[in-house]
Amino acid sequence: MTLAAVRGPLVHRMSSALYLHPRLFLLLLLAPPLLWLGIIYLGSLLALLLQSFFYIDDFSGNIIREFSMATYGQLFTMANADVFIRTATMAAAVTIAAALIAFPVAYYMVRHASMRMKAVLYLAVMLPLWSSYLVRVYAWKLILAKEGIVTWFAQQLHLTWLLDAVLSIPVIGGPSLSTSYIGSFLVFLYIWLPFMILPIVAALERVPSSLTEASADLGATPRETFRKVILPLAFPGVVAGSIFTFSLTLGDYIIPGIIGNSRPFIGQAVYQLQGTAGNIPLAAAFTVVPVAIMAIYLLVARRYGAFDAL
Amino acid sequence: MQQKKTAVRFDGVARHFGEVRAVDDVSFEIGDGEFFSMLGPSGSGKTTCLRLIAGFEQPDAGHIAVHGVNVEGVPPYERDVNTVFQDYALFPHMTVSENVEYGLMIRKVAPAERRRRSREMLALVKLEAMGERKPNQLSGGQRQRVALARALINRPGVLLLDEPLGALDLKLREQMQEELKSLQRQVGITFVYVTHDQNEALAMSDRLAVFNHGRIEQIGAPAEIYEHPATAFVAGFVGVSNICEGGLAQRLSGNAQPFAIRPEKITMTAANEPVPEGWLSVTGQVRAVTYHGATTRYAVALDDGGELAVMRQNDSGGRPAAAAGESVRLAWPRALNQLLGGAA
Repeated sequence: MTLAAVRGPLVHRMSSALYLHPRLFLLLLLAPPLLWLGIIYLGSLLALLLQSFFYIDDFSGNIIREFSMATYGQLFTMANADVFIRTATMAAAVTIAAALIAFPVAYYMVRHASMRMKAVLYLAVMLPLWSSYLVRVYAWKLILAKEGIVTWFAQQLHLTWLLDAVLSIPVIGGPSLSTSYIGSFLVFLYIWLPFMILPIVAALERVPSSLTEASADLGATPRETFRKVILPLAFPGVVAGSIFTFSLTLGDYIIPGIIGNSRPFIGQAVYQLQGTAGNIPLAAAFTVVPVAIMAIYLLVARRYGAFDAL
Repeated sequence: MQQKKTAVRFDGVARHFGEVRAVDDVSFEIGDGEFFSMLGPSGSGKTTCLRLIAGFEQPDAGHIAVHGVNVEGVPPYERDVNTVFQDYALFPHMTVSENVEYGLMIRKVAPAERRRRSREMLALVKLEAMGERKPNQLSGGQRQRVALARALINRPGVLLLDEPLGALDLKLREQMQEELKSLQRQVGITFVYVTHDQNEALAMSDRLAVFNHGRIEQIGAPAEIYEHPATAFVAGFVGVSNICEGGLAQRLSGNAQPFAIRPEKITMTAANEPVPEGWLSVTGQVRAVTYHGATTRYAVALDDGGELAVMRQNDSGGRPAAAAGESVRLAWPRALNQLLGGAA
């Protein structure tokens, strides 16, 4: 009995056809995700872009579906520019801090940890992602509150003066950690750190240890080896991680709503405009800004060769 | 002051990984300008010895000296040795020239001088035109040469080579063996060459050390190792040997001292042929004939038990000297027995 007879003629003919026409197979495989991305994802982005060119009639409050730059005129005011600068600065600060903290952790995981330790660390990095993001943010609010653990620890260690000194720094300070930029920065950093660690781990895994040995063999001190060999080869991982941390901070509206002073971030502005204010066109225009910032960011990253090693 | 300068000296060196004695009380000396091979099966300790010289490993016991200077506690980047890695370990983000110049750049040699010397090195390894390429645009053999140039440009006191030809195909490997050997004569640097390929070790080395289970079984010139293996392991690992022990040794030579006899030293004649004076002889039946191109191998089952391998040159038009099942007489001069010290 042949295989064809065993499997039934139709199934057999189909699997043969797919085997002999790999392009057809690929097309069938990719069609659902492509449709999803094309219609739902790109479609909604286009709809957003389109909305931002409509405008709202001040008198009636109705959306006028005509092409106009009026909404963008409203967008670029001094008050809104503050929102953009505040959000982008926070995103940049969080990204840089995340890279500085994540690199040593990732390096230890790849180069020094035993298999067992590595598994434990992977788990530790991923574990926060198992619980609700909202719960973790509220937990941080309690930690950072004036009556919270941080204040208590500072008292026990007689370091209240230090905490007060930090909080009295202009702009980033405030009445308590949970109502200052420092607070929102710390929580952003905590929440997005795994998204920086994992890509750097992946990048470092691809640098064989014989390369660092070769560098040492050719006379380079560990410091020089780090600068000339490890960092350039791990850099695409840092950039990948920074794309996550930067864009996630740019779009988030929950963390600055719960922790920080009440000055709005882009996400909060969008939330208010499409909700209470009912100004969908301006909300859409607001959303175009982080998209534009990310586009510029990626172009600059490419300029510096961040994707060369991909 | 010694008369003959020593490039590398191991003095009772040991290196353990947990329970595993990777290198176990090893002592040897490598002369200046020598082509020295460390031969052995995988896990025999030869690569660990190389890494001990390079400084990637530190000994748990004993002393290592490079050019008369103790190197315990000296990191790799302060040692006057360079390594050609098994996987070449070329920096993928640098061009071939940048790879070759790396050591000079680290030592802050002026860029013009760097470029001049890297061009010189690339010419030496016949890669003049490849300087601007990235390593992933090169073939295996070319990468191997870049790795060699990158190490040699620093004019190290000792060059360490960790199975550098292992990843190449047979033809290229043979060609590179000759090139490496002539390169070594040209630059006059001590080469320490790790390999598990006995042909390679025999063909290239001035002297070689045969490693087994973290110890050295024998050190000597290639012909000495091949013709006079000190132990059954060496006899079996370097070339093919018939190892005769116990009852078989007793029957063949008249005493129980174990010995080895190379298959190509045995003559095979008809069973009734007379045997010359001073020769050992035994009769048997050809069990299997294997054709190897230049040679043919015969497995001969001896009439009183045991088996011997015999190898003949195919110099008579490829016609086998005996067919399977034929009765034959095997004979060889007693003097060719290689008496073995250690047990198998």
